[in-house]
Amino acid sequence: MMTRVVGRAYLWFLLLILYAPILIIMIFSFTEAKVLGNWTGFSTKLYTSLFSGGVHRSLISAIWNTLAIAGIAATISTLLGSIAAIGIFNLRNRSRQAIGFVNSIPILNPDIITGVSLFLLFVTFGISQGFTTVVLAHITFCTPYVVLSVLPRLKQMNQNIYEAALDLGATPWQALRKIIVPEIRPGMISGFILAFTLSIDDFAVTIFTIGNEGLETLSTYIYADARKGGLTPELRPLSTIIFVTVLLLLLIINKRASKIQKVTQ
Amino acid sequence: MFEKINIFLSRRRNWTIPYAIFLFIFVVVPLLLIGWYGITDADGKFTMENFSRFMQHTEALNTFIYSVGIAIITTLVCILLGYPAAWILSQKRFNTSRTLVVLFILPMWINILIRTLATVALFDFLHLPLGEGALVFGMIYNFLPFMIYPIYNTLLKMDQNLIEAAQDLGASPFQVFTKTIFPLSMPGVTSGIMMVFMPTISTFAIAELLTMNNIKLFGTTIQENINNGLWNYGAALSLIMLLLIGITGLLGGDGNKTSNDGGLI
Repeated sequence: MMTRVVGRAYLWFLLLILYAPILIIMIFSFTEAKVLGNWTGFSTKLYTSLFSGGVHRSLISAIWNTLAIAGIAATISTLLGSIAAIGIFNLRNRSRQAIGFVNSIPILNPDIITGVSLFLLFVTFGISQGFTTVVLAHITFCTPYVVLSVLPRLKQMNQNIYEAALDLGATPWQALRKIIVPEIRPGMISGFILAFTLSIDDFAVTIFTIGNEGLETLSTYIYADARKGGLTPELRPLSTIIFVTVLLLLLIINKRASKIQKVTQ
Repeated sequence: MFEKINIFLSRRRNWTIPYAIFLFIFVVVPLLLIGWYGITDADGKFTMENFSRFMQHTEALNTFIYSVGIAIITTLVCILLGYPAAWILSQKRFNTSRTLVVLFILPMWINILIRTLATVALFDFLHLPLGEGALVFGMIYNFLPFMIYPIYNTLLKMDQNLIEAAQDLGASPFQVFTKTIFPLSMPGVTSGIMMVFMPTISTFAIAELLTMNNIKLFGTTIQENINNGLWNYGAALSLIMLLLIGITGLLGGDGNKTSNDGGLI
């Protein structure tokens, strides 16, 4: 009993430390003060001014860029990664291990190495950096996660069903559409959400591949803003919204994961 | 022609090919380019000067050693704080829910800049000075979830029979921990070390924000050199970092297994 209380108290203490900074940002998103830490009464003005777009046009366009990059990169990663996973699943052992190894490199590499290496790739071949290069870079570090979330679904699948479909006269395409895709869909969806969050979150790889044409994502915007010293107050409601969205997304993935577990058990 | 394409596609292992080409262009070639730039000069001639320059460049060398020091401290504190938390989370008798686990890994998915600025806000709010203390706190705050999660994962998958066997054979709780639980959880610990140690050294911009530009870490040195057009020197510094990853990886043995299982969620 005693250890239980102490254990739980310890967990909540750690959570308090982990969340204290975020909580402060959330609390002070509901007041107007320019400087964080000054409470000038409850107000939702920062939220309205964030969405009216009157204050910081570049912030709004940075948000759109971030979402567009994440949407495109996550979609392509999901397609590329799912097709690759089906292929990898049917590879012989040796080549499967080789691809698996290269696939894990972007996951294990620190962001800065991925960023520098892609930067060198683009400058060496004279590719001008901008929206496309950021998307390509994001696909590079997102796809491995999609592959890893689709592969287990293929392993769980009953291989005979695919063969049965072929024996019953389905073309390989039909068998793919009607048998394999429904089986791996949960993995594809988790992979997509994972890729989307990773892309939105990224800073280090983006800054190396974004070039200097004035394109901004949320991360580079915050970076530039923080270097100037003062933080745009609208970033507080924005962080709050991002935080709540990510929390909801994660809880949904989690619910899905435990449901799948229950079904397979 | 159409027939041929169809036959080609019906061999599902061929589906790996697009991704294999993609991995070659965006993962293998860029890494080789880091190596190539690292051992050549601006005219493309072979040289080791980049490395000898690093050895003579006191500022870069000091930053490197200082970063390793900060990373060691961060990693140790993260193990000390994170291991008990992971253990409590993994124990059924504490009655912890999956949601609590999600709460612990959630900060991993919040933009690192926002998290860092939140830490700065917390220090401002509590009227604490920014500096080395804020740097270490910020790093621990940023990377603690990356230590807790892999350890939690190995503890959860651990064979409970082994622990019961140890108890039945007369081991004291302390012995059970040191002789059974801890050795069995080593893969998680090494994986956690990889996920905390390397990012601490390689992040850039974070240290500056936490110390009001007074302290910088090795990642910033790399980024500054690349930014200033010193690609060869920057690539050489990246190679040194890759070497360090290799060493940590070797020390960790097969500790990467947990991250290869893809279980970030």
